[in-house]
Amino acid sequence: MSKDILSAKADFPILKQSVNDQPLVYLDNAATTQKPQVVIDVLVDYYTRLNANIHRGNHSLAVQATEAYEGARRKVAGYLNAERNHEVIFTRGTTESINLLAYTYGDKFVQAGDEVIVTQLEHHSNYVPWQQMCLRRGAIFRVLPLTDRGELDLALFERMLNAKTRLVAVNQVSNSLGTVNPVAEIIRLAHAYEVPVLVDAAQSVQHLAHDVRSLDADFYVFSGHKMYGPMGIGIFYGKEKWLEALPPFLSGGEMIETVTPEKVTFNVLPFKFEAGTPSVAQAIGLGAAVDYLQQFDQLELQKYEEDLLAYGFSLLAEIPDLVIYGSPAHRSGVLPFNVNGIQHYDMGVLLDSMGIAVRTGQHCTQPIMDALHINGTVRASLALYNNREDLDKLASGIRRVIKMLKR
Amino acid sequence: MPGIQEIQKDLSDDFSLLVNWEEKYEYLIEMGMDMPAMKPQNKVDKNLVKGCQSSVWFDVQCCDGIMVFEADSDSLVVKGMVAMLHKLLNNQPAKDVLETELSVFEELGLWRHISSQRSNGLTAMVAHLKAAAVDCLAKED
Ligand SMILES: Cc1ncc(COP(=O)(O)O)c(C=O)c1O
Repeated sequence: MSKDILSAKADFPILKQSVNDQPLVYLDNAATTQKPQVVIDVLVDYYTRLNANIHRGNHSLAVQATEAYEGARRKVAGYLNAERNHEVIFTRGTTESINLLAYTYGDKFVQAGDEVIVTQLEHHSNYVPWQQMCLRRGAIFRVLPLTDRGELDLALFERMLNAKTRLVAVNQVSNSLGTVNPVAEIIRLAHAYEVPVLVDAAQSVQHLAHDVRSLDADFYVFSGHKMYGPMGIGIFYGKEKWLEALPPFLSGGEMIETVTPEKVTFNVLPFKFEAGTPSVAQAIGLGAAVDYLQQFDQLELQKYEEDLLAYGFSLLAEIPDLVIYGSPAHRSGVLPFNVNGIQHYDMGVLLDSMGIAVRTGQHCTQPIMDALHINGTVRASLALYNNREDLDKLASGIRRVIKMLKR
Repeated sequence: MPGIQEIQKDLSDDFSLLVNWEEKYEYLIEMGMDMPAMKPQNKVDKNLVKGCQSSVWFDVQCCDGIMVFEADSDSLVVKGMVAMLHKLLNNQPAKDVLETELSVFEELGLWRHISSQRSNGLTAMVAHLKAAAVDCLAKED
């Protein structure tokens, strides 16, 4: 029997508090999600009972901590349906995962005149590291533009691919528009040119199917804190053949096998990419978040979140002068909007005064804002603990702000 | 002309009648709307205190040690804060602007709400006006 989704809200202690004397309505989940009690408990328990440095002691605590850490890796590998546990590398988050690849792949596989393709829908995290790598390597940084509907044009993408293309980096869900991108198709097209694809799953791994094998993703990256886990932990998944071929990113302890003044030999996977003491508690916390998520029926969860998003859009559509950005065929998790004549900043501050947390601004996606010719949006974003009442409050909050500001 | 402290006291009395944040913001926004309009020709880049989410303009003049200024913002909430500063500091001696501690924002809890917004924060606006007060006093000597 899978867990009832409507019971989830009670699992998140932070949601029980009031903000500005109003019950908190948390709709900034694309920035970070809240943590269920089970994840918080695991962090406390780790430092209460288990703390030791891992992989390097043979006393009991070290052994147990190592086992818990490697257990978390297995949980994540299972969640992703990875073929091997050592294809899952712990990092600090999406940003570090992308930089890991940009540096190592760039050094080894990208030469002057080569091309790298990203899209105009990317978060700065999946844009700037590639742009900078291209500058370092003398490569050409190519950006697939978004369409008027806020989608990617596959035909255009196909035309951009060529024998010079070395890598494609694309998000599965856009954090500012919520567009669900056809990454499976993108991967298929890129593979026809033997080009590997990095999927930025920061906004999708917690909402949509997360099977790296059926997706055939070469690299798949995300942050623990956006999927009910702790901050400071993220995942870099890579196919074994790529991880073997890439040089290490950071060097130091843990990632070496032997060291002499002349040379080192590197440790095996996954340790080759985990230099130094990792974020052990956070990794175990992420494992607990995966356990928490897997209590739900995954298809039911997806359906619940889809229905909730559709309900949110139906409420927003009824509000006069409200503009919704993008009209992609498939959207996930995000409601981006503005009200004509009202600054997104004002909307955010005034909703906050009613206890409603949303994000306002550019959402680290200046290329999208430029394409839309706006300087920012209000963004409400959903998680599994949100319900229709939250969205009713958002809609009435927006109407109240309009009354306050438009006289 | 009442002094800064006096105005501060009045503002704080007014605000104490408001029961929740919504009402406080409503009051603030009304203050913004009631503030004398800034002349369009003064809304120029040199008067812009540019920030991350909204723009604020200050045009400060100094006559015989008295600070006179116009201000505006494209955010109505920020404009309310600006109006409050206007009510407190416009037409006041530069010396007083420099020396008076603005405790009213702290008292109202507004500081927590607005000042984290980088350069548009109250802190930056107050710093801007205090710097103008320093210039004003320097001209006097
Ligand atoms: C699509 C996307 N990519 C990357 C990131 C960066 O994630 P982090 O800041 O956790 O490294 C985010 C976070 O906002 C995101 O939404």
